[in-house]
Amino acid sequence: MTKEAVYEVLHEVFRDVFDDESIVLKDQTTAADIDGWDSLEHVGLVLAIEEAFGMKFTMSEVRHMENVGEMVAVLMERGQLR
Amino acid sequence: MFEYPIDGETLLRKYRSIRRELMGGCQGDWLDKRIAILGGSTTAEVRKMLELFLLYHGIRPVFYESEYGAYWRDAMFGNDALAAFAPDVIYIHTTVRDIERFPEVGAAGGAGGAGEPTPGKGGLLAGEAHPDGAGTAEVADASKCPGGAVADVSKCSGGTGAGAASAEDALLAQEFGRFRGMWEKLAADYHCPIIQNNFEYPDVRLLGNADAYMQGGRVRFVSRLNLMFADYAATHGGLYINDINWLSADYGLGRWADPFYWHMYKYAMALPAIPHLAQSVARIVKSLYGKNKKVLALDLDNTLWGGVVGDDGPENLEMGQETSAGQAFAAMQSYVKAHPKLGVVLGVISKNDEENALAGLRRPDSALAPEDFASIKANWQPKSQNLVEMADELGLLPDSFVFVDDNPAEREIVRRQVPGAAVPDMGQPELYIRALDRNGYFEVTGLSADDLARGDMYRENARRKQAETAFADYHAYLESLEMAAEIAPFAPMYMSRIAQLTNKSNQFNLTTRRYSQEEIEAMAGDGRYITLYGKLTDRFGDNGVVSVVAGEVVGETLHIRLWLMSCRVLKRSMEHAMMDELVRRAQARGVTRIAGYYYPTAKNGMVRDFYGGMGFERVSGGATDALADGEAAGGAGGVSGQAESASGQAESASGQPENAGGTVWELDIGRGYEVKQDVIKIVCGGKPVTDEAGGS
Repeated sequence: MTKEAVYEVLHEVFRDVFDDESIVLKDQTTAADIDGWDSLEHVGLVLAIEEAFGMKFTMSEVRHMENVGEMVAVLMERGQLR
Repeated sequence: MFEYPIDGETLLRKYRSIRRELMGGCQGDWLDKRIAILGGSTTAEVRKMLELFLLYHGIRPVFYESEYGAYWRDAMFGNDALAAFAPDVIYIHTTVRDIERFPEVGAAGGAGGAGEPTPGKGGLLAGEAHPDGAGTAEVADASKCPGGAVADVSKCSGGTGAGAASAEDALLAQEFGRFRGMWEKLAADYHCPIIQNNFEYPDVRLLGNADAYMQGGRVRFVSRLNLMFADYAATHGGLYINDINWLSADYGLGRWADPFYWHMYKYAMALPAIPHLAQSVARIVKSLYGKNKKVLALDLDNTLWGGVVGDDGPENLEMGQETSAGQAFAAMQSYVKAHPKLGVVLGVISKNDEENALAGLRRPDSALAPEDFASIKANWQPKSQNLVEMADELGLLPDSFVFVDDNPAEREIVRRQVPGAAVPDMGQPELYIRALDRNGYFEVTGLSADDLARGDMYRENARRKQAETAFADYHAYLESLEMAAEIAPFAPMYMSRIAQLTNKSNQFNLTTRRYSQEEIEAMAGDGRYITLYGKLTDRFGDNGVVSVVAGEVVGETLHIRLWLMSCRVLKRSMEHAMMDELVRRAQARGVTRIAGYYYPTAKNGMVRDFYGGMGFERVSGGATDALADGEAAGGAGGVSGQAESASGQAESASGQPENAGGTVWELDIGRGYEVKQDVIKIVCGGKPVTDEAGGS
């Protein structure tokens, strides 16, 4: 998938999960930048992303993703539009 | 999204906006409940999904969540936060990962193998109870059997493995005892229903198929433990099993037990399965609080049989064992026919000439016959209109209906016209049963004798209606019914029915206070209360327990906390019989004044002037004037003031705020009382009541 396509879907997911239409993501975005993105919410966020992209992260991927950019890189490689 | 098939993906992803919409949807008619979740693993998403499903059922929850893995500690040791929370329901979310010790392979002969090192604890078994010990340390400490420490394991099992009982039996007793002790402590401390997960099967089987039958097999151990839970729940009121053993099988154990969620987040089950878990728990909760549906109203053509009876003729319908389609409809009919045994009332709503509808149902191979239905509406009116008329005829509310129709257009009309009625998408005939079954409209949390007889009662009601038309004089009609009422203090055999009535009755209910069976039992044993149940029989049959009244004596005043009656005995003078008996018992205790309270809800308008009709005088409150309470209480002097404060106490105890617009009424019985009815003979335990003093 292209980076643009990934971002488009990712924006929808983030806005749904955090119920906030104003969220704008960048490669450098981290949990600290988004209201409500704590470790408990992270669980549901990861699942929603997996479902939107028809893929499943490995434990190692989830543990090592430092920011949105790294997540996007995995999704460009393994994500698919549903 | 909340109905089968559940759209868990959307519920999880859009939790926030769905919650917002649900909270805004119900116009102040919420049932507020306090739910404590005691978990053996992470419960955040369990709480969120349970919240959505409860809101969907009209129950607005607030939650207490135990700290991670602290379910046992929260239950067993004093917990100020939980005590202050005062739960209405406690849900214990434990899983196979919370089983502290499994028997060991090869330990079959008794104590011999029990002291040896446990292979599972080293991680050989991917499904072991505590892969890293995290989060369960307190629990293990508390029972003095820390998992993983070999020395302690042998110490622990040394005393229990000896003798005739196998090591497995000893461990079962230990594991079961830990849970039973917790249930008993919680019941004693909180007097509220407890919902307990049983156990899903282990995800992996070291012994393969033998895991199911060999001593030391974990599948076998879980099966036996689940049966012990079941036996306890079957013989002890107040404990309800949430059957995750079945749920995980239905969902797919492999997906349910996805270890990713355990290792990453300490969720003992996969996140996508949690909406299904929550639906199951919510089914139990809404059933406990009287929010089950009551009527199954069914279309005929292509719903109960294949084909259109008016066009094809009854002889050409598909409903027997001859064709595959016929078999699917026959299975559906058998499933429907089993419902009256749960107290569910059956009805037909069909666009047909009545004679054709009856001809179809009278086919000898039709499992369902016309007599199985309390009401048959076969005509050409809109189905929504038939549904509302049927509800009126049965004395039930339209929102207690499940409407079953193969035709999406008919379903849509009923959905729009009858808010609150359940209208499931039925899918293909071979899947009709599943569409009904998975939605849990009639979740069973206790079967009273009344449930079992309810179908008969509605049929008897229909005959009473016919008899009524033969009498010009209503009093003569009532006399002809040869009614007898058993009116007595709450008795053990009726506690479940009494609690059920307090949770189910909406229309003829003065205070709409909901009570658990435990609270009803507590009230029955409290000397300050006068409690009465009323059971009505007539020449057509037994109506069962139909009315419940409870009042608290404060000084010389009796404050009526609870007064309700089943609508199936409306206009039979049963309320007068209850009043006569209440006054008789109150006078025997020296009561000179009775205070009645009416708290309006969206559904109890029919009893707005109930106390007025009983000869009470209104002392405070008006239809819209919420401030009048204090004013009138001051004006009416000491007795009313007392009434207000006593009422305040009861309110805080039951956790329900007094509705705005309530009214307070008083009746002076110090200088006599005129008996209100003469058509019902009062009996006690089958014998007529003479002049023996009231009370027990």
